Amino acid sequence: METMVARPEVQKRSNDPAAPKIKIEGLDFFYGKFQGLKGIDFEVAEKRVTAFIGPSGCGKSTLLRTMNRMYSLYPGQRAEGRILLNGRNILDAGTDLNMLRAKVGMVFQKPTPFPMSIYDNIAFGVNLYESLSPRDMDERVEWALTKAAMWVEAKDKLKQSGMALSGGQQQRLCIARAVAVRPEVLLLDEPTSALDPISTAKIEELISELKADYTIAIVTHNMQQAARVSDYTAYMYLGELIEFGETDQIFLQPGRKETEDYITGRFG
Amino acid sequence: MTSDHTAKQFDLEMEGIRSGVLSMGGMVEKQLSRAIGALEEVDDAQLLDAVGSDEAAINQLQINIDQQCAQIIARRQPAAVDLRMVLTVTKIVNDLERIGDEVKKIAYKAAQTRGVDRLTRVRYYDVARAAAGAMTMLQHSLDAFARLDVERAAMIIGEDEAIDAAFSAILRQLISYMMEDPRTISPALEIVFIAKSIERIGDHAKNIAEAVVQVVKGKDVRHASAEQIRAEVTQS
Repeated sequence: METMVARPEVQKRSNDPAAPKIKIEGLDFFYGKFQGLKGIDFEVAEKRVTAFIGPSGCGKSTLLRTMNRMYSLYPGQRAEGRILLNGRNILDAGTDLNMLRAKVGMVFQKPTPFPMSIYDNIAFGVNLYESLSPRDMDERVEWALTKAAMWVEAKDKLKQSGMALSGGQQQRLCIARAVAVRPEVLLLDEPTSALDPISTAKIEELISELKADYTIAIVTHNMQQAARVSDYTAYMYLGELIEFGETDQIFLQPGRKETEDYITGRFG
Repeated sequence: MTSDHTAKQFDLEMEGIRSGVLSMGGMVEKQLSRAIGALEEVDDAQLLDAVGSDEAAINQLQINIDQQCAQIIARRQPAAVDLRMVLTVTKIVNDLERIGDEVKKIAYKAAQTRGVDRLTRVRYYDVARAAAGAMTMLQHSLDAFARLDVERAAMIIGEDEAIDAAFSAILRQLISYMMEDPRTISPALEIVFIAKSIERIGDHAKNIAEAVVQVVKGKDVRHASAEQIRAEVTQS
């Protein structure tokens, strides 16, 4: 397939001391014969928020799903190139996918609490990777719920079903569940697209708190959200990375006309 | 502003502030030409009234356009070139309103100094010529805004230097008159104020030109030298 943009506008980080947490080099991705990502090259900075924007079908969720190899669950999907997490290529055949997904947690568009209590929703994931004493588990659950700004609301109903919570609370429960296994990277795939504005604001607030400890990559259809929460923004179109740079730069003066057309609402 | 927004209403709103600036600019130009008439001793009793009512209409336009800009920010959350355009329009509207204030001062002071014979030459030739230069700058800056023409904008920034030089020359000339004949001090000072107002109009027109560069190039050139601005403009 023809490449539309010969050279994407990838800006070097200027004054940011953050080290690259994930380095993506020459990444191609295939859904069977269809190529969903074409020659992606960029870095996700440690303890920063990187947002992916672009029209539907541009490959931003696909790119996010390569970072913890979520796609490996589906036959016929494959990635080529290199994705270095802490310097190791996670696309290598020998990669332990369970350990990878513990290091790189993911939260999806629709809240997906398990049909069990709030407490067990969080303990379930932790039990897969660690064996904690009941007391340590209590502490871990409280810690995770606190990190996800849920503790005050949830502490008196830990035995109640996670399904009974509101949409915004369910999503924060899912973030708590992802945080509980102490990942290094959090992937958020449109985490607020099904939420009301107040729940959305709480999740955005949470993202800015979580970046003190975690590297965060977020896919969002809401450009103002990308502008609000992220440090870096990547604009994608038809499986290609068109432009990557500091969010302030992208939203004030993008380097490429395609990016400007998209963020100013001149698309299609 | 090459292509249209997906939301056509957004295009209409952006066009609304853009044409608002141009019609406000047209009013300020008309007001300035009346004031130049006052400098040239056109003895028209209604002239000052007209300048005063121009001023009121210009002020009202400033308020309206600023309000439209605030609405666009609140409703559309403009980004990149659109955001720069909205921010720039609020600045330009401010400069145009200030030009209106200066023009009003010129018209009133011109009426006050009418008939002081010894200073007629300064008023007729030098001040009126500087005022005509300021008018040209204003027209060029509005033209640069209408076409988003950065090359023309860079030229205007050079024209301002000529007006500043004219102001210094008028000042030197008036100082000679004042030293020669103390009776001219009072009317000469009025003419100094007029010349200063003209010089300020040049500065505001220059601000408008710099704002055009910012919209198109995304670079803030407000405190850059004329050479730096020319270099910025020629850079693709």
